[in-house]
Amino acid sequence: MSTKTKSKTAHNRIVYTIIYIILIFCAVLCVFPFFWMITTSFKSTAEAYSFPPTILPKRWLFSNFVNGLQAADFGRFTVNTVLLVIVNTVATVLSSAFVAYGFAKFPAKGSKFWYTCLMATMMLPGQVTLIPQYLLYYKFHMVDTYWPLIIPSILGGGAYNIFLYRQFFLSLPKELSEAAMIDGANSFQTFTHVMLPSVKPVSMCVGVMSLVWNWNDFYNPLIYINTTSKFTVSIGLQFLNSSMGTTKIGQMMAVALIMTIPVMVIFFICQKYFVEGIKMSGIKG
Amino acid sequence: MNKKKKSMSAIEKRNTRNFYFYIFPWLLFFIVLTVYPMIKSLTLSFTDSSFDGKGAFIGFENFIYAFTQDTRFFQAFKNTICYVLAYVPLSLVISFLLGWLLSRHIKFLGLWRTIFYLPYITSGVAVTILWGWIFNGSYGLINYVLSFFGITGPNWLGDKHFALACIVVMNLWALGNQILIMLAGIQDIPASYYESAQIDGASTWKQLISITIPLSTPTIYFNLVIGIINAFQLFNQPYILTQGGPVNSTVTVSMLVFQNAFEYGKMGYASCIAWCLFVVIMIITGVIQTTQHKWVFYDD
Repeated sequence: MSTKTKSKTAHNRIVYTIIYIILIFCAVLCVFPFFWMITTSFKSTAEAYSFPPTILPKRWLFSNFVNGLQAADFGRFTVNTVLLVIVNTVATVLSSAFVAYGFAKFPAKGSKFWYTCLMATMMLPGQVTLIPQYLLYYKFHMVDTYWPLIIPSILGGGAYNIFLYRQFFLSLPKELSEAAMIDGANSFQTFTHVMLPSVKPVSMCVGVMSLVWNWNDFYNPLIYINTTSKFTVSIGLQFLNSSMGTTKIGQMMAVALIMTIPVMVIFFICQKYFVEGIKMSGIKG
Repeated sequence: MNKKKKSMSAIEKRNTRNFYFYIFPWLLFFIVLTVYPMIKSLTLSFTDSSFDGKGAFIGFENFIYAFTQDTRFFQAFKNTICYVLAYVPLSLVISFLLGWLLSRHIKFLGLWRTIFYLPYITSGVAVTILWGWIFNGSYGLINYVLSFFGITGPNWLGDKHFALACIVVMNLWALGNQILIMLAGIQDIPASYYESAQIDGASTWKQLISITIPLSTPTIYFNLVIGIINAFQLFNQPYILTQGGPVNSTVTVSMLVFQNAFEYGKMGYASCIAWCLFVVIMIITGVIQTTQHKWVFYDD
């Protein structure tokens, strides 16, 4: 008996050693590219273009950051992006909660049908609606404005977010809204005073995900924004990349690094909510 | 009785009114920016519409052109399908294995989760450009590492045999979200299953094969469907890094739609390509959906 448990713990130790080796290996793979981005951003052009490459810069050059940010109007791009991200995040949180409240709390004829439609749109490839959407915005003179990037956030904020909120509204006890109704609140007051405050965790998840998604979004600004002064950070980076390419890789990496930092900061502060968001979705449903 | 019935219908009426009041924003989006565009893009694909969306009906000419003359059309579908076939299975295997390892009561779970999620959260233009540099043929990190083993690496993104594979690797790097979804799914499996298996003396391997994998099939199924739909729309990396080259080896269907619509102003032809893509995705997800009862186990 004792030899058996002994061999079992020895076996366990080997298994866990292997697990940790695999995890460490994968973690290094995940992190090392960022390390490479940081060191390259401090290297001179001559040093970046040497083989074999140096792991750490021989001389830490800060000029890459100054020159890189001046190579295009990144101050402007950052302001544009921050404003856009804030508007879209607020709009997404409010409108997806609003719509989800309707789906969760008011059983009506046709509600099942519309809910099925909602879920089906999650599987719809964007390509198939892209061109007529563009032509619609074009007709209303909205191309090269931020409206095409904001309107989807105002109008429901995406099927997935509505789905997340609905799940949560359904789990709230009926007594909560009924008590408010008895106190004479109408459905909208119930929504703003009772429902919204009680789904704060969902709002945080939807908020941080929308924040990051909008910051990273490349495809939509690429299609709708043409004027350089209206660029967001992501298309600004691509603009710099296509004009400068790899000729000044140090500067390119410096700008790329700065534009990645906000996302990382938000992620480190709010990572609890990213994880919660995944757990909440309860994929089985 | 009569009175009760009447009041019931009053509640029903109020519910209906409220329901449509609250879902109105989404309903507007659904009808104006989803249903109408879907139908419109189908009708556009039978026209020679140019940049402003105006054009004449030309029957099946766009489709005939795509299937018989446009060599890039076939190339784009071939590349996209190759990408899907490589990326989707690999992403499922890797994310499941890592999710499973993370579920094995390891230390510092939060730290591992953070590290694996980081590439996903930062996956934007900045990181794509970074990967372009890492894959650089002359000065890149990959070829530096390979040189330790005496291997002279190719000019990855500039080589038509490797460029698409590089994009697969880039996207496999950013699997964080899928890993966490897998982990959440595995953690949802009731502990009682494992306890009874342990009493029966089942090994870890046996438990993985006969408990963890079967009970994770709903999660795997979810990741499979979402993965296929997303992978078929691959755009950012080839657009940013290779512009479809070298020799069209990384042209994807989404890029072809984008180029035809917004660079050549051929809205009709671009819609035709988009609908071909849509039909392919529908057929594949349809096949998966109809066969799911054979391999997806639902608990309840």
